[in-house]
Amino acid sequence: MRGISKRFDLKQANTDVNFVLYKGEIVSLLGENGSGKTTLMNMLAGIYYPDEGQILIGGREVTISSPAEAYLNGIGMVHQHFKLVDVFSAWENIVLGEDGKYDVAAAKAKIRSICDKYGFVVDPDKKVYNMTVSEKQTVEIVKVIYRGADILILDEPTAVLTPQECERLFEVMRNMKADGKSIIIITHKLNEVMAISDRVVVLRQGRNAGELETAKTTMQEMTDMMVGHAVTLDIERPEPVDPKKRLVIKNICVTDAEGVPKVKNVSFYMNSGEILGIAGISGSGQKELLEAIAGIQAVDEGSVKYIDENENETELIGMHPRDIRELGVALSFVPEDRLGMGLVGNMDISENMMLRTFGESHKWFTDREKPRKVAEDVVDVLEVSTPGLDIPVRRLSGGNIQKILVGREISSNPKVLLTAYAVRGLDINSSYKIYDLINEQKKKGVAVLFVGEDLDVLMQISDKIMVLCDGQVSDIVDAKKVTKNEIGLLMTSLGQEGVGKGEQ
Amino acid sequence: MLGFLAFIPRAVAQSIPLLFGCTGEIVTEKSGNLNLGLPGVMYVGAISGVIGSFFYEGSVGAGEVNAALAILIPMLCCMAGSLLMGLIYSFLVVTLRANQNVTGLAMTTFGVGFGNFFGGSLIKLSGQDIPSISLSKTSTCFRASLPFAKSLGVVGEIFFSYGFLAYLAIVIALAVAFFFKKTRSGLHLRAVGENPATADAAGINVMKYKYLATCIGCVIAGFGGLYYVMDYACGIWSNDAFGDRGWLAIALVIFTLWKADLGIFASILFGGLYILYLYIPTGMDHMEMKELYKMIPYVVTLIVLIFTSMRNRREDQFPQSLGLNYFREER
Repeated sequence: MRGISKRFDLKQANTDVNFVLYKGEIVSLLGENGSGKTTLMNMLAGIYYPDEGQILIGGREVTISSPAEAYLNGIGMVHQHFKLVDVFSAWENIVLGEDGKYDVAAAKAKIRSICDKYGFVVDPDKKVYNMTVSEKQTVEIVKVIYRGADILILDEPTAVLTPQECERLFEVMRNMKADGKSIIIITHKLNEVMAISDRVVVLRQGRNAGELETAKTTMQEMTDMMVGHAVTLDIERPEPVDPKKRLVIKNICVTDAEGVPKVKNVSFYMNSGEILGIAGISGSGQKELLEAIAGIQAVDEGSVKYIDENENETELIGMHPRDIRELGVALSFVPEDRLGMGLVGNMDISENMMLRTFGESHKWFTDREKPRKVAEDVVDVLEVSTPGLDIPVRRLSGGNIQKILVGREISSNPKVLLTAYAVRGLDINSSYKIYDLINEQKKKGVAVLFVGEDLDVLMQISDKIMVLCDGQVSDIVDAKKVTKNEIGLLMTSLGQEGVGKGEQ
Repeated sequence: MLGFLAFIPRAVAQSIPLLFGCTGEIVTEKSGNLNLGLPGVMYVGAISGVIGSFFYEGSVGAGEVNAALAILIPMLCCMAGSLLMGLIYSFLVVTLRANQNVTGLAMTTFGVGFGNFFGGSLIKLSGQDIPSISLSKTSTCFRASLPFAKSLGVVGEIFFSYGFLAYLAIVIALAVAFFFKKTRSGLHLRAVGENPATADAAGINVMKYKYLATCIGCVIAGFGGLYYVMDYACGIWSNDAFGDRGWLAIALVIFTLWKADLGIFASILFGGLYILYLYIPTGMDHMEMKELYKMIPYVVTLIVLIFTSMRNRREDQFPQSLGLNYFREER
């Protein structure tokens, strides 16, 4: 791939990226979230079309404008979210989209021979909905090979696998490599990069950040290259005033709908007037943890104790989310699509403010005055650019929608503020407005949980940082003393030796 | 016993429009399109056939009709009418991504109004006193059964006494079942209805499948309307006579768990339930009971819906993308 650029609306996803893959090698594509790895690969797989640049295969320039054409060029991609039909059996999914004679027996025979050759374990008649995540992934890989791909792209294949399943996957990948197939693996986990790949290509903010030979590099070097040297901006960090334990979380375990454990035995506490940052690769259990505290996620075991100013303890597990909210625990989670959680797109700003407060009044008719006032304040303080308070939230730009979401949670005068990705997608100016607001809450004695993506910010704003890795607490560190590289290592591998253990 | 044997052919005759409608809707729904316009489509299919045959009979005047033409003209008109409805629906829903429920309901309202408008116009044209059109000559052609049916007694009565459209309905239902189970295109169509993004990624033309399935489904359903007028009602069109058979056909789709072959038996069962009230003795004193008995098919539908909503087998569920429009850029 030569000089590839791709732009989405306002976001430049890839700028002038060069990428080379040789026959029979495994290359890791490394980078932070949003550094354009998946976008780059989607252009190879025919899902997106590059704005600029060329793709050459075997020295010949090709155009790939659909997944079908990618297959014709021998490229197959296994997406992070599997593209499988649940009610179909494995073989039905594998032959899907193929042309020609419909010969079930021949298709199954071909599937079996592929499995034998590379060491896959697939029952062609098993229905996808009966499969584990790892089995589904195997079906996806077999599908790609069945369609004749010589170049395989695996988008974070190990994110959903247990260590044993990963090992089996790597085994299969080595078999394929020995057979002359080329593999690109997108991953965050450095130890996997070390274990499987021949070469590492690092992307940062959509650009080439460098290329390393796995045998000659270290995890440290890769981390440095991945994170780069971000501009240091100063964020105020006032000393906590009279910290008292406000929330004590003990041994929380959460399992998601698919039976995958998301939060594993997490324990920590939050002090009033302190900001506890949470670092971790996205999907390491941040969302589930926050939802468990707010009462909207069922918890397998563990306890969450809320301690108020008078030292009265309340167990939050098992309480109704609304009651938890009334205690003063506010959750503002900004999901990837922003509108997914917390705001109703077709309702206007003040109506969205009302969603939190309508239960307080016990009159027959709703009180529209107060929410309107709140809406005015939020719009004012956060400089939301909107033609008025009456336009549907959906019509605002993403950043403005987010300000409203965060603003509303802060305006409810919480005792505990849980915020996740509060500045996701916001420009610098708005981001700092939100940091200031969060700091203001801290000064008021609110216990703040701040989940962030940007490590620089996290280290500047937090008092303590809890690092999650795969649903477990990797470590809890003092934000003033820790270095970014230490956090990076903690994010990818559990509780490293030599990194300062936190108070717990 | 004799009464029951006499009941079966009536139930079968009653079931054929339901079977056409059910099969057509299954084909459509398997592509992920929930076509609530089905009653309208069947209505348009019926009136289109009636229009064709009305003018053909008019052109022949008092003379004999050519049996082949008398059948072909209404059938082609019917296909054209229901195909047009299918195209409108597909265009709105697949190309413009309009809401399926709203579009479907609008299509039903439109179809019924369309039928009644042209039905009324034809009635005016025919200048008759009674508000209906009689197409007895065409109907005779549609109702022609196998010549040996009469000589076979009860067996002939139960199996061979129907017009050709009835057998066509069964053949189509079986063909559709085979299509879904045994062909590659059937597999692809099911994939489109289950998970269009996956189908798209596998290189299947989602738009094409959705259009084709919806339009073919509509044409099949349209025959149900045609059968009703030409065969069941002996060629007599009167406005609103078709009733709520279209809705019943949609309910049947759920009842049969989207299996076309099952639809054959289910539609005969519902056909029987539909006319059961005629066979339950009430006596002259309690005519109101008859009205209550007319509710039977709907009560059964409700009960079935309750039971089917409790079932758990994944294969028996509706196509997962049913009612949702596919938008490639959203993936």
